[in-house]
Amino acid sequence: MGMTMSQKILAAHAGLDEVKAGQLIEAKLDLVLGNDVTTPVAINVFEQNGATSVFDNTKIALIMDHFTPNKDIKAATQVKQSREFADKYNIKNYRDVGGMGIEHALLPEMGLVGPGCLCIGADSHTCTYGALGAFSTGVGSTDMCAGMMSGKAWFKVPAAIKFNLVGKPRGFVAGKDIILHIIGKIGVDGALYKSMEFAGEGVKYLNIDDRLCIANMAIEAGAKNGIFPVDDITREYCDGRYQGTPVEYAADDDAVYDEEYTIDLSEIRPTVAFPHLPENTRTVDEIGDTEVKIDQVVIGSCTNGRISDLRAAAEILKGKTIARGVRCIVIPGTQKIWQQAMHEGLFDIFVDAGAVVSTPTCGPCLGGHMGILAAGERAVSTTNRNFVGRMGHVDSEVYLASPAVAAASAVTGYITNPEKV
Amino acid sequence: MNAKGKVHKFGDNVDTDVIIPARYLNTASHKELAAHCMEDIDKEFVNNVKDGDIMVATKNFGCGSSREHAPIAIKASGISCVIASSFARIFYRNAINIGLPIIECPEAAEAINDGDTVSIDFNTGVITDETTGESFKGEPFPEFIQNIIQKGGLINSIK
Repeated sequence: MGMTMSQKILAAHAGLDEVKAGQLIEAKLDLVLGNDVTTPVAINVFEQNGATSVFDNTKIALIMDHFTPNKDIKAATQVKQSREFADKYNIKNYRDVGGMGIEHALLPEMGLVGPGCLCIGADSHTCTYGALGAFSTGVGSTDMCAGMMSGKAWFKVPAAIKFNLVGKPRGFVAGKDIILHIIGKIGVDGALYKSMEFAGEGVKYLNIDDRLCIANMAIEAGAKNGIFPVDDITREYCDGRYQGTPVEYAADDDAVYDEEYTIDLSEIRPTVAFPHLPENTRTVDEIGDTEVKIDQVVIGSCTNGRISDLRAAAEILKGKTIARGVRCIVIPGTQKIWQQAMHEGLFDIFVDAGAVVSTPTCGPCLGGHMGILAAGERAVSTTNRNFVGRMGHVDSEVYLASPAVAAASAVTGYITNPEKV
Repeated sequence: MNAKGKVHKFGDNVDTDVIIPARYLNTASHKELAAHCMEDIDKEFVNNVKDGDIMVATKNFGCGSSREHAPIAIKASGISCVIASSFARIFYRNAINIGLPIIECPEAAEAINDGDTVSIDFNTGVITDETTGESFKGEPFPEFIQNIIQKGGLINSIK
């Protein structure tokens, strides 16, 4: 019986010729990731159990991104604990203020993840790296700790859903609209425990940033991982960047999928997820011009804080002014993206329009800092979750959208179709 | 291994942001996390919950973030078991890894009411609603997970 792309990567890392959905395996890890929220919990478990060494100090990445620059004393204490651990065990890829970025924007950029690698991370959006043809999935701190100690993790081999992408996206439609459309179609548990495998001729119209955005939100459909085939776009991105040896896996022709969907990218419209679930989607055509008044716009995050996202927002904001009463916060994903955006003149566009540009941080996405909502306030955000209280007060609301929709909405003060600005 | 207690009932898609809001993730203290458990969905939960009580919810319980703080907060609040129609996968793993018993049973999750007294036999997967007299058959843990739990969690099982 044929294997899916995800199953092939798992089999190779478990030293097996073949695996089947449902099978329990132990696999060798190429990378173990943690952040400033999850690493301290993992360190506590590590120390409580008397561990004295890590499996490989070059294969662990500790990225301080959620509450950094430290928002309060408790957050600073957690980062300090992580930093001291990194120093003690000589963890090569410890990144803090000045050298950091949002983990899932940073790791691909640093070349720590690439085709064929197996990665676990104590952050649910670790599934992002499937964009590069890796098997990558989110776990908790105890799994992270076990991974740091042993270099291994147990997995239940996932079944898969295949998304056959056809056609070319039109106009302002980007990765975010595609994944919101898919989540709207299958629901927030539509891919529970499964792989979302993207395939088809439409893939070639998606740049790396679009693919990273789509794979990033696989978890919002409940998936274990999201994965793209490796093609010239992947190779060009990883060439000279990926520190490991790329291994290209492809699904077998007779791979078994639980379900298959055909998604015509040319028919997808700019899409917004209404509160309080990413599956509550509507296209911009289904939203009245003055239906949803907003107080804040956030453009950034591990979903949409990359250079193409910032360019898309700048294209809309150029020569425009942010609506009175709206705070527009732009958060480049990494230091390099920040610098590139600055050199491209995007910051002038943002600041002239009345937006602010922040240092890289997860910040407001999870209601940490740098843009918290009061009761009754609404934000259009390029982030990934719109759960109750996600960005602040339990009575605030988050609407998920692409950078183009977010920027257009910042200009009008209402959720707006970018074609109309 | 068994559990018995009063039920706190919730609906679909209970996410980790309502189980423990991110504004409290600047600590890893189990006690502090427990003090804010379920705060954004049920402000009275922490005042009402008693040791041994049982949480029941419908589909996709624990969706969202990978924060292990979520099952930690539930366990530290005194909950002895979570019954749900289905669990989000990272939460499922985390609960096992930290030793919070969970059991999937859509029939029980639908039928059991808030405030009922429920008992669970983890070896057989049998869930009994002692208030209504109904009983349900949930999925007992597969052998490898029982092994992790018997050894006192994932870390002890790999030592």
